[in-house]
Amino acid sequence: MGRRRAWLVIAAPAVVLFLAFWLLPMVKLAGIGAATSQGMDASAYWLVVTQPRYWQSLINTVALSLGATLATLVIALPVSRFLARHPDFPGRRVLMSLLLFPLAFPGVVVGFLVILATGRQGVLNTLSKALSGEPVVLAYGMAGLFIGYLYFLLPRTIGVLMAAVEGIDKHWLEAAQTLGASPWRRFVDIELPALTGALTAAGAMCFATAMGAFGTVFTLGTRIDVLPITIYDEFTNYANLPVAAALSVVLGLATWAVLYLANSLAARTARGN
Amino acid sequence: MRHSRCDTRLGLAATLAVAAFLIGPVLLSITAGVTRNYFVGLSSGLTLDWIAQVWDLYADTIWRSYGVALATLAITTTIGVPAAWVLTLFPGRLSRLLEELLTLPVAVPGLATALALIVSWGSVGWLRSSVLFIVIGHVLFTLPFMVRAVRAGMQGADLVVLDEAAATLGASRRRRFFDIIVPAARSGIVTGALTVVTLSIGEFNLTWLLHTPLTKTLPVGLADSYASMRLEVASAYTLVFLLMLLPLMVGLQWIAARSTRHGSLGLGAST
Repeated sequence: MGRRRAWLVIAAPAVVLFLAFWLLPMVKLAGIGAATSQGMDASAYWLVVTQPRYWQSLINTVALSLGATLATLVIALPVSRFLARHPDFPGRRVLMSLLLFPLAFPGVVVGFLVILATGRQGVLNTLSKALSGEPVVLAYGMAGLFIGYLYFLLPRTIGVLMAAVEGIDKHWLEAAQTLGASPWRRFVDIELPALTGALTAAGAMCFATAMGAFGTVFTLGTRIDVLPITIYDEFTNYANLPVAAALSVVLGLATWAVLYLANSLAARTARGN
Repeated sequence: MRHSRCDTRLGLAATLAVAAFLIGPVLLSITAGVTRNYFVGLSSGLTLDWIAQVWDLYADTIWRSYGVALATLAITTTIGVPAAWVLTLFPGRLSRLLEELLTLPVAVPGLATALALIVSWGSVGWLRSSVLFIVIGHVLFTLPFMVRAVRAGMQGADLVVLDEAAATLGASRRRRFFDIIVPAARSGIVTGALTVVTLSIGEFNLTWLLHTPLTKTLPVGLADSYASMRLEVASAYTLVFLLMLLPLMVGLQWIAARSTRHGSLGLGAST
């Protein structure tokens, strides 16, 4: 054991870097949010929870993230089931690569792709004008942001759910089929319960990712009222560091808590109880 | 076992629709980047002029992004591989806590991390104006991916036993680390390296707050072009970026397909 302990020292650089450039700075940021300054009569945390414009922004962000998460799960589930159940058909490798390539796209690029598809000069607008004469522009508001969230959440979710579908014991499904259960019943009574853990974990990951997304909304337009934009505005345009700090800490804690719960849930599901 | 036909059809339709949704806009972007006039359409002819213009305007951001990515890779490898080995040696509660802590910069939005860095280190003038400030942010964001990939590569090889045997035979720690542990974790290190470079090249959320006018990286340039350039130039710039990502993603998928049953990739760019 003493021999093993001698190894500990080589993890020191990673720990020091983390402490010096992340943990201590975060503690300082949290402290800035708690201080009363600039003629404010309360700490920024108090302002953040009492002023409607901040919690309105928080509500918008939560609602949009929840909506995008649910839509992603509903769309990704049939895709993942199809891909997991058909392990070899011509072109599957290429299809998988195409579905996974967007994992590497940062939010700014996703925002630009949404503009190309649904912006003023987008395909959707061109098609709609040609078909019905009515312009359809979604990109620069909540609808565009929702589409952007779907765009970066779908590839992340499909991979997770595929692995979960592959993990379902086929004997259960075969037994149910032999006993005469319809496909729908097999799906509802066997597959869905088996996938609950993976769906929850994937959902939490989606929610946390959407809550903190900044690049996408930054490209689409900085007038969309979601929390990351509010933080950015408070910091750069109003030089209101305490409020920016308080909002960042609240947002950071919220996303971390959701992810932490999801990970422990996924770990418990993986252990099988 | 047979699947119901309706089920299969629905799955196929959903899969094709999602593929079209994900790839359609990419094709639009590629087309716009090589079309003489996107508003007129393809009939205006194809051209590489926009890409040339991107090169004139933004070549420095491309080189800087490669530089930042390589510096980030050098640091994450140097500190991440030893950290992964220590986590493998001590698979207890404390290790899980440490890994959880190192993952925090990924779990917490990049904006928060960037603000924290600025309030703590922004007053150090030479650092604030240096590209090193961005590298530090990228290291925080990518280190967990390196550690996770390397740990996955170290598992199953019974490295702990090998290491103790070599120690009993009198090999120094340095020799054991470089002659036993690093070679055994090779594929994990390669996966981690490709992931780190991919994420660093595309990192925007931290970089946007950490950069200065003299330290613009590629995604910062992209945001700039989306806001102020004509659509063709912005698309051509995006095309250049996609071409930079392509070999990295192909490499990652190639390794994933070789090492595991399902080719799921453990990365996600900052959104």
